[in-house]
Amino acid sequence: MKPEQLQEEIVTILQENSRIEVQQLADMLGVTAQAVEKQLKELQEKRIILRFGTVVNWQKLGRQKVYALIDVKITPQRGHGFDALAKRIYRFPEVHSVYVMSGTYDLSVGLEVDSLEAVGRFVTEKLSPLDSVVSTTTHFVLKKYKEDGVIFDDPENDQRLVISP
Amino acid sequence: MNLEDKISPIVRNIPPSGIRRFFDLANSKPNAISLGVGEPDFVTPWHVREASIDSLEKGMTSYTSNRGTPELLEAISVYLEKRFSITYQAESEILVTFGASEAIDLALRTILSPGEEVLTPEPCYVSYTPCIQLAGGVPVPVTTPANRGFKLQAEDLEKAITPKTKAIILCYPNNPTGAIMTKRDWEPIIQVIKKHDLLVISDEIYAELTYGGRDHYSIASFPEMKERTILINGFSKAFAMTGWRIGYVAAPVPLLNGMLKIHQYTALCASITSQAAALEALTNGMNECRSMVAQYDRRRRLVVKAFQDMGLTCHDPHGAFYVFPSIQATGLDSQTFAEQLLMEEEVAVVPGDVFGPSGAGHIRCSYATSIERLGEALQRIERFVKRKQSQLPLIKAQNQ
Ligand SMILES: Cc1ncc(COP(=O)(O)O)c(C=O)c1O
Repeated sequence: MKPEQLQEEIVTILQENSRIEVQQLADMLGVTAQAVEKQLKELQEKRIILRFGTVVNWQKLGRQKVYALIDVKITPQRGHGFDALAKRIYRFPEVHSVYVMSGTYDLSVGLEVDSLEAVGRFVTEKLSPLDSVVSTTTHFVLKKYKEDGVIFDDPENDQRLVISP
Repeated sequence: MNLEDKISPIVRNIPPSGIRRFFDLANSKPNAISLGVGEPDFVTPWHVREASIDSLEKGMTSYTSNRGTPELLEAISVYLEKRFSITYQAESEILVTFGASEAIDLALRTILSPGEEVLTPEPCYVSYTPCIQLAGGVPVPVTTPANRGFKLQAEDLEKAITPKTKAIILCYPNNPTGAIMTKRDWEPIIQVIKKHDLLVISDEIYAELTYGGRDHYSIASFPEMKERTILINGFSKAFAMTGWRIGYVAAPVPLLNGMLKIHQYTALCASITSQAAALEALTNGMNECRSMVAQYDRRRRLVVKAFQDMGLTCHDPHGAFYVFPSIQATGLDSQTFAEQLLMEEEVAVVPGDVFGPSGAGHIRCSYATSIERLGEALQRIERFVKRKQSQLPLIKAQNQ
């Protein structure tokens, strides 16, 4: 396997299960554990792998979290485009995601906080006052069905017979 | 009235399925991890399921023409051409069936007269022998040697041929061994087939499931082979559609017409809902198919390495989703191995001899199971093998 191909295989598997053991990963790819370690190191150094993540259903832990998606219209700044403003927004720890969007607004800001008031505070005190922000529209997430490719409902059972030809 | 006596001798004489017996046994251990399953663990891709729901919403609930819907026949024709470079006319050389299973039965019943022999390279899929017998033919096994990776050898084939030999049933990629045949592997076989003017029934249901950059090579794509080949394929394995019961057969017009004759009276047509799903799978499903193959390939490497690390002989299977390791190093025969493994470690595998006597001393493990369960099952098998091997000197001493 070529190094690029190996790296792609590694991240594909890790995206599904970031806790897989290096030896098992190596066996799945038909290479040595050292070869996987080497690629893992490089993938992290190059920041291709940014973090080994976990998708959590907080509701089941009894924790109420509030998720909001905020459409933001802005006037781009000369010489910086959207970058300078995006930076100022993504540094807030409660901001979960920031995307530049095509279409009727410019930035999509994802927020994860503990309460409704916290959303209000963020929008009125932090986001709207920023110079180039023209307008904001806030959408609240009412229920999560799927996130990062993971379905929140319990998986369906394996329907297959135990033995078949 | 003794109803047993009323049953036709042909049916009566077919022995009970070895798989069936093991199935009943495995059912007594409902929590066992099963590597005994001959079907994908994936569910049919959603867009395919969606297409069938859509067809129901549109009221597509009727019979279709005997051959199948023109759209599906056309899609199959395009697929066979594009994927394997074999040209079949959609309107005259293809028939949609209830899975490859119906196609196997149609093919045999169409060509066999009582007493004619059909060569079955073994170990092989469990349906061939009984289907040949039901069609009045005589199955003649040809052992494929384990030390040649279970590939069919021309010398062995030649030796099994008699004046009564009518046809050969080929299944590559193979269930249960995972063996494939490359272009080079086929060449000497084809010479024997042509020399003895045999018909070929080629069950290519696992054609999409090949690994390590090795593409499936259909025997029908060789010059002058299409005219003597009945090509069987389906959607069960490539698109994870086993429950839809849909497949197809492609053959030259006279052979296809024979099969069509049986099909129109015994099946009428394949399910229209499944045909809608199959059309979607063929036209838009290749990406999902490739992604499933990539996942099988990772599991395959993991499983082969695990068996080799246990010290069992396990050839590297290049197709389907089975490994077929030898368990002779444990001193157990395949039935005992599978039974004890189930009882002691709650892992279900299929004893190799259910695929023919030449499968004895092997087990079939399917890796159509999630990596997590596969990993757990392999640990248990390793523990089991170690235990049996440590008991081996003891048993030998007792026998002396
Ligand atoms: C070699 C082989 N042929 C045919 C079949 C049956 O396929 P289908 O579901 O299309 O009837 C199977 C299923 O296990 C198989 O392994």
